[in-house]
Amino acid sequence: MTVSTTVSAAPWLEQKEQQPLVQIRGVTKKYGEVTAVDNVDLDIYKGELFCLLGGSGCGKSTLLRMLAGFEDLNAGMITIDGVDMADVPAYERPTNMMFQSYALFPHMTVEKNVAFGLEQDHVPKFDLADRVHDILKLVELEDFKKRKPKQLSGGQRQRVALARALVKRPKLLLLDEPLAALDKKLRKQTQFELANIQDKVGVTFIVVTHDQEEAMTLSSRMAVMDAGRFKQIGTPTEIYEFPESRFVADFIGSANIFEGRVTEDGADHVRVETGFCEVFVDHGHSVKVGSRIWVALRPEKIRLEKSDEVAEGPNQTSAIIDDVGYLGETSIYKVRLPNDEVFDVTMPNQSRPTHATQRITWEDKVKISWDPSSAMLLHS
Amino acid sequence: MYAKRSRFLTIMLTLGLAFFYIPMILLVIYSFNYSKLVPVWGGWSLRWYKELFQSAEVWSAVSLSLQIAVVNATFATALGTLAGLAMVRFGRFKGRTLFGGMLVAPLVMPEVITGLSLLVFFISLNQLIGWPAERGFATITIAHITFSMAYVAVTIQARLTGVGQTLEEAAADLGAKPFKVLTAITIPQLTPALISGWLLAFTLSLDDLVIASFVTGPGANTLPILIFSRIRLGLRPDINALATIMILVIAICVAIAAIVMFRQQRADLLDRQMAEREES
Repeated sequence: MTVSTTVSAAPWLEQKEQQPLVQIRGVTKKYGEVTAVDNVDLDIYKGELFCLLGGSGCGKSTLLRMLAGFEDLNAGMITIDGVDMADVPAYERPTNMMFQSYALFPHMTVEKNVAFGLEQDHVPKFDLADRVHDILKLVELEDFKKRKPKQLSGGQRQRVALARALVKRPKLLLLDEPLAALDKKLRKQTQFELANIQDKVGVTFIVVTHDQEEAMTLSSRMAVMDAGRFKQIGTPTEIYEFPESRFVADFIGSANIFEGRVTEDGADHVRVETGFCEVFVDHGHSVKVGSRIWVALRPEKIRLEKSDEVAEGPNQTSAIIDDVGYLGETSIYKVRLPNDEVFDVTMPNQSRPTHATQRITWEDKVKISWDPSSAMLLHS
Repeated sequence: MYAKRSRFLTIMLTLGLAFFYIPMILLVIYSFNYSKLVPVWGGWSLRWYKELFQSAEVWSAVSLSLQIAVVNATFATALGTLAGLAMVRFGRFKGRTLFGGMLVAPLVMPEVITGLSLLVFFISLNQLIGWPAERGFATITIAHITFSMAYVAVTIQARLTGVGQTLEEAAADLGAKPFKVLTAITIPQLTPALISGWLLAFTLSLDDLVIASFVTGPGANTLPILIFSRIRLGLRPDINALATIMILVIAICVAIAAIVMFRQQRADLLDRQMAEREES
């Protein structure tokens, strides 16, 4: 396998030096009246592991199928490595796809399945055998090469599908829900394996998934899709910590979202008046004083402590515990604010609750507070 | 209550099965009847089997029917497969609805109409180009292909829709050109439907009396035509012997198919169990 060492860790930041591997420009796909993909633009750079994340019917799979050449575009252009793909049929594209259901050929052995792509390119026999052997070694399936797909377990099938898609050394590997068919434990383990393999072979991956945790773990960058459009494109950290809209804040992780009015807009801070306290944000935002705005707070970024005093000042308020959910590693608290809004607050259970008095429980009076850097301001 | 209903069901099942199978059992028994008169029992005998095997007329009819059935099944499978592929895999083309309708029309068309129209067609063709000079093997075969390919097309369509397009897309994605996809992926996927389509066309042809009667000519008697014409001259016991042999052949074929399927299913089950054990 070729190991790529020249790929930058963040190629999307060095746009001037690098030409994107994949350029998607104004791409639109309609099925009758329904617009599956609506005028999207996207650049993907060599060596990235890019995730398209969204709910079912958001257009992510359609976009992937257009990249593979299974669907025609109604408008727009896709180029791969500078070549316009408009007139290139699926069987001549420098892409390979790993299908959600794996699409292994049931009448062929594992070995034959993996060799199929190379045979189409008329790779010489000795070279073909070597490459099949190497790739099966990479996915740890050398001992299973004589088996038919139905004689394999789900996890093994998934690895055959990956090997078959990788063996041709495509410029771009498209993965449609690669882990969806695995059970939860195997999925978590395979997420890291997939990222490791991508790192080893240096092929650019585009992964479609509906699982936000999967997207967060796998991707170098990701795009959140809804109704055929990109809601936000960025690194997992950017998307989680700096969502631009209520949709993204709520779709990735969970968030307490509430409305407020901007009272002060400084170069390095913003103040927002809300129904229960003043929110002070310690970084600048392009907002107008007096305008309505949405504020989002992640449940794990809120501190919770027992307190009978009335909390005053920015970024804190008194509240009452409405409900408690014990999840083992963390507990989730439903907290009622003075204006009757209910927030979710999660806290790790760092020690065993030994004294009943230490425990925060139903109807307890509490104070919640958060750091000035924690509140996220959303425009839409 | 439960026992009562169960007894009722048992009785109904027995009556139903009796209705189907008593006539056949009677036929088999009477094929061993010595008497020349069918309804009169004259003791056990293989007399009619002997006469049957000596009858050149019967054997030429069996041979003709089998030849027509094999040629028909082969051509009907080829054409029906192409038609099924066109309907399912070629998206929307001009005249697709019309083509689809015409494809299934032979399934609902009364056989008398099909037979008559084919007869008229062959006669006009003979006047136009001088072929077919004589009606027989060729005309019956062509007539059978026209209706049995419709059955094959329906079988193939169902299978193609059932297996979906993902495997073909996967093959194209790995660089296989359309013809390669057809031979390496689609056809192997279709194998069960091809076999059942072929057998269906074979049976339909072997079974057909009405259409064959229209388009056959002097001297070309298929087995159903022969049996039917003999029955008109009065019931003869050698036909019973022939029917018994046919029942036996069909029973053997069904038994073999059942055994093969049972073995396949057991092998699949074992494979799956093995794979699951390894995973855990």
